[in-house]
Amino acid sequence: MIPEIGHFALILALCVALVQGILPIYGAAVGNAALMSVAKPAARLQFLLVLTAFGCLAYAFAAMDFSVLYVAATSNSQLPLHYRLAAIWGAHEGSLLLWTFILTIWMFAVTLFSAHLPEATRSRILGVMGLVSVGFLLFMLTVSNPFERLIPAAPDGRDLNPLLQDPGMVIHPPMLYMGYVGFSVAFAFAIAALLGGNLDAAWARWSRPWTTVAWCFLTVGIAMGSGWAYYELGWGGWWFWDPVENASFMPWLAGTALVHSLAVTDKRGGFKVWTVLLAIMAFSLSLLGTFLVRSGVLTSVHAFATDPKRGLFILAFLAIVIGGSLALYAWRAPKVGLGGSFAMVSREGLLLANNVLLVAAMGSVLLGTLYPLFLDALDLGKISVGPPYFDSVFVPLIVPAIFLMGIGPLAQWKKASVPDLAQRLKWAFGVSVVSALTLPIVMGNWTPMLSLGLLLAIWIVMTALVTLRERLTHITGSSLMERLASVPRSYWGMLVAHCGIAVFIVGVTMVKGFETEKDVRMNVGETTTIGNYTFRFDGAHDVKGPNYTAARGTFSVSRDGREITVLYPEKRRYPVQNQIMTEAAIDTGLLRDLYVSLGEPLDDGAWSVRLYHKPFIDWIWGGCFIMAVGGVLAISDRRYRPAWRRETQEAPAAVETARRKYA
Amino acid sequence: MSRFLLPLTIFAVVVGFLAVGLTLNPREIPSPLVGKAAPDFSLPQLHEQDKVFSPKDLAGQVWLLNFWASWCSGCKTEHPVLMQIANSGAVPIYGMDYKDQRDEALTWLNRWGNPYPIVGVDLVGRVGIDYGVYGVPETYVIDKQGVIRYKQIGPVTEEALAKTILPLVKELQAQ
Amino acid sequence: MIWLALMMLLSGPAWAEEARPLGDDPVVEARLKTLAVELRCLVCQNQTLADSNAPLAEDLRREVRAMIVKNMSDQEIIEFLVSRYGDFVLYRPPLKLTTTVLWVGPFVLLAVGAIALVVALKRRGQKVADAAITEEEHRRVEQLLSEGVKRS
Repeated sequence: MIPEIGHFALILALCVALVQGILPIYGAAVGNAALMSVAKPAARLQFLLVLTAFGCLAYAFAAMDFSVLYVAATSNSQLPLHYRLAAIWGAHEGSLLLWTFILTIWMFAVTLFSAHLPEATRSRILGVMGLVSVGFLLFMLTVSNPFERLIPAAPDGRDLNPLLQDPGMVIHPPMLYMGYVGFSVAFAFAIAALLGGNLDAAWARWSRPWTTVAWCFLTVGIAMGSGWAYYELGWGGWWFWDPVENASFMPWLAGTALVHSLAVTDKRGGFKVWTVLLAIMAFSLSLLGTFLVRSGVLTSVHAFATDPKRGLFILAFLAIVIGGSLALYAWRAPKVGLGGSFAMVSREGLLLANNVLLVAAMGSVLLGTLYPLFLDALDLGKISVGPPYFDSVFVPLIVPAIFLMGIGPLAQWKKASVPDLAQRLKWAFGVSVVSALTLPIVMGNWTPMLSLGLLLAIWIVMTALVTLRERLTHITGSSLMERLASVPRSYWGMLVAHCGIAVFIVGVTMVKGFETEKDVRMNVGETTTIGNYTFRFDGAHDVKGPNYTAARGTFSVSRDGREITVLYPEKRRYPVQNQIMTEAAIDTGLLRDLYVSLGEPLDDGAWSVRLYHKPFIDWIWGGCFIMAVGGVLAISDRRYRPAWRRETQEAPAAVETARRKYA
Repeated sequence: MSRFLLPLTIFAVVVGFLAVGLTLNPREIPSPLVGKAAPDFSLPQLHEQDKVFSPKDLAGQVWLLNFWASWCSGCKTEHPVLMQIANSGAVPIYGMDYKDQRDEALTWLNRWGNPYPIVGVDLVGRVGIDYGVYGVPETYVIDKQGVIRYKQIGPVTEEALAKTILPLVKELQAQ
Repeated sequence: MIWLALMMLLSGPAWAEEARPLGDDPVVEARLKTLAVELRCLVCQNQTLADSNAPLAEDLRREVRAMIVKNMSDQEIIEFLVSRYGDFVLYRPPLKLTTTVLWVGPFVLLAVGAIALVVALKRRGQKVADAAITEEEHRRVEQLLSEGVKRS
């Protein structure tokens, strides 16, 4: 009964989505207020309906209703409750429902926080989101129905893939989808602006917080995916340039470019057309990612069960949505006026140089990901494009962008001078170069890449300090604390986010430069040493989990004779799918990770063991979280708070400053 | 303005490729050995262990080399088709027992039938590597000069047999 | 006797033996690792030859190890694998006619983007002339601003 309610809710949601997609946009085009006012209630109703459907599916999982095909395929009676619920998005159909559900969450958020927008704009935004939702609901109701029944019901389910039975599974997809799907708001803003024919700076100002929030979620989602792969997959890697990883990274790159481009359009009204194109690109890449993961055109460790019929549907949807928006762009964009002009060397110029580099980097990832497909389609052979390619091509493109990151915040708007910038940055540059060259030697291993990585990281931090210092000296105020407090949150957001990148770079550089690995055979009582750490194998015994049996090894880790921890790596066997999983044991530390994973049992009770010492590896994900914190700081800036919250004293002060400026 | 149409044009090209991509199989690895001489080997036979099986003995005829194993489910699927080939006498089909146990292989053949006049034993898979085998079953069509002309990846289906393999064999036998 | 006791004391926990490495020769293993991380496992297809546990991967690692021991060069070992499995087995696509776009593309894209940016800025600079504010307009602005203050 409950699954049928869920199914019916989806059908109703589709009807509402159609209404939401068509009427408000038409109403905005002809100026009909009644039609436009349909948008808000339709969006809210759709949210409630999809929430209902989601709840019904959750109930089916919680109650172990194996008469629902999807539940039978991805769950099992032995599976603990939290994983049964996470299994909702464990395979194709359910993850589509999650996608749609998150889209309706964003829709609902737009209805809450859009009071300051003109009615026509809001109608168009919700209308566009409604049309996107039509696509997904139609997809689910035709070829990917999560509520399809299995008659007769299965006695027990086929279980969730053991790889997914993990806390990371519970949070990574929702975070990722919040990011991916969140770019639909920026997209909708861009389409609304194109439809309305008015691309003024206000559009950029409205769009910014939405884009930044989506970007924060995507950053966290990707970081979690990487962290999860690290500890779950058992071979210590954290990024593989796998097609599905790339599918999430490309929108991130476009989104980062978009956040910066919006800053130019907001502040200076420049490059509106380019920003609109970027907004379309970011969401298009999200949709492309959805296609790549589910269509089977690329092999990936991550891909959902593939079916050409589904692939065709998504491709058609992609063609309509992206093709339609790019056609609209080609039609309307030429009519948009130009913004203010600025010199090549200026903050705008540097921000746009950043854009060019990020988009080139994104293009290289797209090229590498799709190239095997291109060659195969042209019958020119089958190749593989993997980490060696991406590392060789991506790094040279992103290094200049990171270097410019230090200079941008210091450059004046409209026109800056190179000698002046060089003068202000010479100290920071000098310190960065000297430390980057000497630190590796001090740490015991010098390579050019190591120095380059450290140079970039130190450069970011040094320039951030210089930027902050200059900013503080330009503020009047008595104490340092007062001056620090008066720096706007968005400024802090920028500094923190940039420093997050520095932390990330330190993590990557140090791990690549200094990690050590050992493959040994260990008998009970034997020890092995990595760096200062000694690992002693104290034997393995069998344990039983809720839906698995495992051999659990015990490793005592000591340093300088003192025991610091005991690690319990496991080799698990999940009987339902008959899969063997390696659960690595990791001792996480601020400055290093110790990673032990069991290989195979050898004769006479010994095991083959792989051990890693990975210095600074947690700085990789730490850096990503710091970036996201920067984003949150940026949107908590005073200017984004709802108008009725802002102090009315602010207005005269702003006016005074404006007066002084133009006098 | 033409430059505003550029994104749409690029997108259309990409969609075209993706559409073609839906018809392809990214996991299939075509063999670079097609058109090259079949790698030589000299392996003991499955049934008469003191005798040797080598492709050089088969020069001058068109033949099929089928890599199979008793533990492989796809081999079971294609087996009736192989029996069909053997019974029709259209082309001899020789077997290569890949990374298998002798007694299990013999039992398997006794149970389901033996389409092969000779079966070679590739115990560690070294010959398989030389032939670019990455899974079983895989079947090669080899011509009179000992050149590989076609590789069937996966089970030999009725369709593949009728549409590709038998016509090719006929053509090669006429040479 | 005392010597023995002293030796035992000085050598620390002498009963904890050092574990033996899995491979026999660390130099060979290191070279195997360097090669294997750039090779693709043909069975799982989403892991490197170094990380995969597939039987074929183990066989291929064994073959590569044997070739390293025979002192074959990296190029010869790669040639061995490519002649049997094609370019698919390489994660670093070889530079040939069909992959020129792949290797050169990103930098061409960067160059095109940079040129487009410079051209667009130059073109914009010519089109948009800075409007000068006249005295009259200036007074009007002042008037509007002071009205705004009074109203709030």
